[in-house]
Amino acid sequence: MGWFTRLRKKAPTPVEKEEIWQICPACTAHIFREEWVNNLKVCPKCDFHERLTCQERIKMLVDKDSFREINRKISASDPLNFADAKEKYADKLEATKTKTGLLESVVTGVAKIKKLPVVLAVMDFRFFGGSLGSGTGEKILLAALHALKHRLPYIVVSASGGARMQEGAVSLMQMAKTCAGIARLHAAGIPYISVLTDPTTGGVSASFAMIGDVNIAEPGALIGFAGRRVIEETIKQKLPDDFQKAEYLLNHGFIDHIVHRKNMRDFLHSILSYWSDR
Amino acid sequence: MTVVLDFEKEIIDLEEKIAEHMKAREASAAAAAEKSPTQEGCNQREPAPSEPQRDEEVESLKKALEEAKRRVYSNLTPWQTVQVARHPARPLLRDYIAGIFSEFIELHGDRCFGDDQGLIGGFAKIDERRVMLIGHQKGKTVEENVRSNFGMANPEGYRKALRLMMLARKYRLPIVSFVDTPGAYPGVDAEARGQAEAIARNLMVMSTLDVPIVVIVTGEGGSGGALGIAVGDAVLMLSNAIYSVISPEGCASILWRDGSKAPEAAEALKLTAPSLLKLGLIDEIIMEPPGGAHRDPAATLAAVKAAILKHLKILLKISPRKLVERRFEKFSRMGRYKKR
Repeated sequence: MGWFTRLRKKAPTPVEKEEIWQICPACTAHIFREEWVNNLKVCPKCDFHERLTCQERIKMLVDKDSFREINRKISASDPLNFADAKEKYADKLEATKTKTGLLESVVTGVAKIKKLPVVLAVMDFRFFGGSLGSGTGEKILLAALHALKHRLPYIVVSASGGARMQEGAVSLMQMAKTCAGIARLHAAGIPYISVLTDPTTGGVSASFAMIGDVNIAEPGALIGFAGRRVIEETIKQKLPDDFQKAEYLLNHGFIDHIVHRKNMRDFLHSILSYWSDR
Repeated sequence: MTVVLDFEKEIIDLEEKIAEHMKAREASAAAAAEKSPTQEGCNQREPAPSEPQRDEEVESLKKALEEAKRRVYSNLTPWQTVQVARHPARPLLRDYIAGIFSEFIELHGDRCFGDDQGLIGGFAKIDERRVMLIGHQKGKTVEENVRSNFGMANPEGYRKALRLMMLARKYRLPIVSFVDTPGAYPGVDAEARGQAEAIARNLMVMSTLDVPIVVIVTGEGGSGGALGIAVGDAVLMLSNAIYSVISPEGCASILWRDGSKAPEAAEALKLTAPSLLKLGLIDEIIMEPPGGAHRDPAATLAAVKAAILKHLKILLKISPRKLVERRFEKFSRMGRYKKR
């Protein structure tokens, strides 16, 4: 018996391996972890864009130390007192807050992109799949109003599975609420740029993420309204691999540009340089 | 084809018993009428002894029926409410159009792709007041439902609705919007034509329209597909309608990993009119007659009509600018909690 135990114990620990190597989920290339991170978590072999945390995203987009968070204390809440078979939403919220260090699925603030001041909202998929909770909607609206008040361009980077079921119709109404904020920016002639990253689906794609003056997507990002499984069940057919990918959206006219992560900062600056508030 | 919901069995039994009695009475009355001319009235009173008895029985059955309707319908679980909201005999958009509006001139097409029959609209008159009417259209027969896609609109439906709402703004017409959809259609073509963009644009534009918008959720308020025509100054809901971010079945299959747990999900989602009113997401509940809208469509239509007229009257007194401000404030408040 000791024989087998010993054998098993001798197997190389995968933990150690993962620290050095990053295996690309798309092309399975083995990349040095350091290289992967230095490359903004994009596979140098196949250009696969890994999902980023909001902190990584902000760091990548804005001038060093220029980000100042606003409405930091707005936190997710539980308007329905929701519980499913397994757990209470309130408990899961607390656990998620502890685990991620975030209070909601979006971080908002003011920052500079190549010296250009902007208001920025960045969603984080780690927090309930980036879903649109009441706190998320509130922060995205308040950031829009901040941009309106200070006449600053507004950029929202989306990463979201859609509405947050656990907040029921309260979550649904955040779609109307955020769009109402964007409408005010349009009326006031203030730029609103939407950056869609993997994934941007459901209630987020069907609200603020789709109505940018310019809609920009990262390569390969999943973007769509209905989930792939739902559609396959509805039409009883398998869908092609590229369905609802950024490239598909570009071809169908819903995205202005697909921009590689390493160029995103420059691209946003170029777009905004066309706006003059005079 | 009548649909029997299990919790309605008691009501339906009573209704059937009453119907039987009425039939029997009609039959005996007819028999008496046949007899009387030949027997010249002398034996006319022969079946009479049972008549008062029968009347009495019918009366007590009717009383029991009213009681049962009230009892059953004031204690519906959320899942039972879902079933009532989806009842095939419930009044549909075309019933409301025929029963409430004295004129309806349908306007077709989104000017881009096609004419969606799952979401229709046009000029309409209600008590001599002119409005722009839009609404989801479900069907009663299989053919109708194929045409209207069971009220699941495609992007061209939302874009047509947007076109008509812009026209309403130009003509200074209030908008009356009827919501009854399982959701926007989840199909390949719908994705290719931008279902998400179509709904998003409606949400944005509706928040800025400076004409009154009255929304009535009459049956199913299915997620973004419902909200896409439901950003209103007055959002009203029939008492047995539902309004939800996801269907209870969909929610159950994701969070419970079991679609058959839909009753539990329906409970958790707080999708009934009283729950939504309490959450501040709708403005008013329109009471259905006892036993549900499908049991008494005429009374339902009358209640809906009265509610529309009432809210139009209120909203038309508000200046266009204030109207937009009010609507913005209303939706901004949703999901805003002090304790943050």
